[in-house]
Amino acid sequence: MDYFAQQLINGLVLGSIYGLIAIGYTMVYGIVGMINFAHGDIFMIGGFIAMISFLVLVSLGLTAIPLILLIVLLVSMVITALYGWTIERIAYRPLRHSFRLAPMLSAIGMSFVLTNFSQVSQGARVKPVPPIITGGYTLHEGSQGFAVQLSNIQIVVVLATIVLLAVFTWLVSRTRLGRDMRACEQDQTMAALLGVDVDRTISMTFVIGAALAAVAGMMYLLYYGLVDFFMGFVAGIKAFTAAVLGGIGSLPGAMLGGLAIGLIETFWSAYFSVEYKDVAAFSILIVVLIFMPTGLLGRPEVEKV
Amino acid sequence: MSSDHILTVDRLMMRFGGIVAVNELSFAAERRKITALIGPNGAGKTTVFNCITGFYRPSGGAIRLAHDDGRTIQLERLGDFRITKQAKVARTFQNIRLFPGMTALENLMVAQHNALMRASGLTFLGLIGAPSWRAAEQRAIELARTWLDRVGLLSRADDAAGNLAYGDQRRLEIARAMCTEPVLLCLDEPAAGLNARESGGLNELLLSIRNEQGTSILLIEHDMSVVMEISDHVVVMDYGVKIAEGTPQAVRDDPKVIAAYLGADEEEAIAVMESGT
Repeated sequence: MDYFAQQLINGLVLGSIYGLIAIGYTMVYGIVGMINFAHGDIFMIGGFIAMISFLVLVSLGLTAIPLILLIVLLVSMVITALYGWTIERIAYRPLRHSFRLAPMLSAIGMSFVLTNFSQVSQGARVKPVPPIITGGYTLHEGSQGFAVQLSNIQIVVVLATIVLLAVFTWLVSRTRLGRDMRACEQDQTMAALLGVDVDRTISMTFVIGAALAAVAGMMYLLYYGLVDFFMGFVAGIKAFTAAVLGGIGSLPGAMLGGLAIGLIETFWSAYFSVEYKDVAAFSILIVVLIFMPTGLLGRPEVEKV
Repeated sequence: MSSDHILTVDRLMMRFGGIVAVNELSFAAERRKITALIGPNGAGKTTVFNCITGFYRPSGGAIRLAHDDGRTIQLERLGDFRITKQAKVARTFQNIRLFPGMTALENLMVAQHNALMRASGLTFLGLIGAPSWRAAEQRAIELARTWLDRVGLLSRADDAAGNLAYGDQRRLEIARAMCTEPVLLCLDEPAAGLNARESGGLNELLLSIRNEQGTSILLIEHDMSVVMEISDHVVVMDYGVKIAEGTPQAVRDDPKVIAAYLGADEEEAIAVMESGT
């Protein structure tokens, strides 16, 4: 039981990170109908920027951890958002009215560009950082000497995810920008006719998605204590799987899918084998899609006449 | 007289490959009047609308919009969202194009994007909830509610637009177009699919928009009860050219118009008319 509780905590933390990345996939798919394959690498960029800004702040002599974390968070969100905006601008917008596969191919290319860019500029080695948030609580002392641990970093990751989700839900459902985004999602032509600048709204979608991925990147850095240039690939594929599992285009679905993938992966590693954890996650995806082709929360696409 | 024209279409040409959809069409719509564009199916009416609202770039000719303050805008040079933002032209479509997943109120709020965009200082003031932004948002909600009330949908404000009855959706579309505060409202078959009672209500709505808001209206319509009852001026098209224009009465009695609608030639139509009277 203790072992189960511990894996549950670990799975929820991992799932939160996947969920934050998955939102970026699902938002972009909702509004422009393309899979942004470079999104995983945006997450990686976010992690790198968090690491660099952390090291810069420390070398400047800053010691107050909460202040450092806040600055690192803001810096990585802003700069990564800038990456997201630029990528949309140079790689996707010129192809918007091209054939359907063109932006997707461009996205795959962009993914390679970002991966190689970080490899060349930051080096190919794994970059470790010292643990920044330490300590934690022992929730339950088991009989065989096994204790259920909840570390502070896990609390930070889950809390940050909950807060971001709340802000993001408010943004989409209650603000002008959110209304514009939903309008563009349903009928871009009509939205433009009502005076909505569709291009700008799409840009904002990429900016928000990238900012959320940056938070995920920073959480990953804090949680695992390392970044490397290739981490965006697997994390991106997992988050994409999460978005599809939850029902692509659905925001709560992305979060739910993220949690599901995180939990499946953790429990599989804990009870069966670590080597096959990815196989487990993707097998579940296949099974779910056979029985629920639109994902857990996706709405079936109604054929327009 | 020409200063009173809000919209002047001057020798408009629209070719698709070898097909000439609109051929040297010229007509004008008067300010604060309702102008109807009629004609048999395939006459090119919707193509004219698409040129006016920036969907098509005309192959030739000019479309001028004269604002109240004397500014003249060449509509054929604008496109996309600028038609609403700068020219203040709104349109509806033959098929309903509401945002079905959003509520009726939200549909009208999207239409006030431009007013809200200014007030939100390009989003940032809105994110921090500045008082000026809140006031603007409140005004937008008020305007939306006023229009919902006028089209009789105030009680359905929070229902998804896609769940409204067909006739309600038609009226909501007009309300949404009016929320962009246009000077020219282009309606593509607003009465299509409405029953007699509903199209009577539509007539009243359009007349009240003309009389109270002073908005000029250009409409395509097949329902002659609507055209004859509310139009101030009727332009008849067939095969991409204008075949007649004038008051509803004059157009109705024009043998060329009858011929176009019946698919007969002119002499036959005159014969039919004479035998009928």
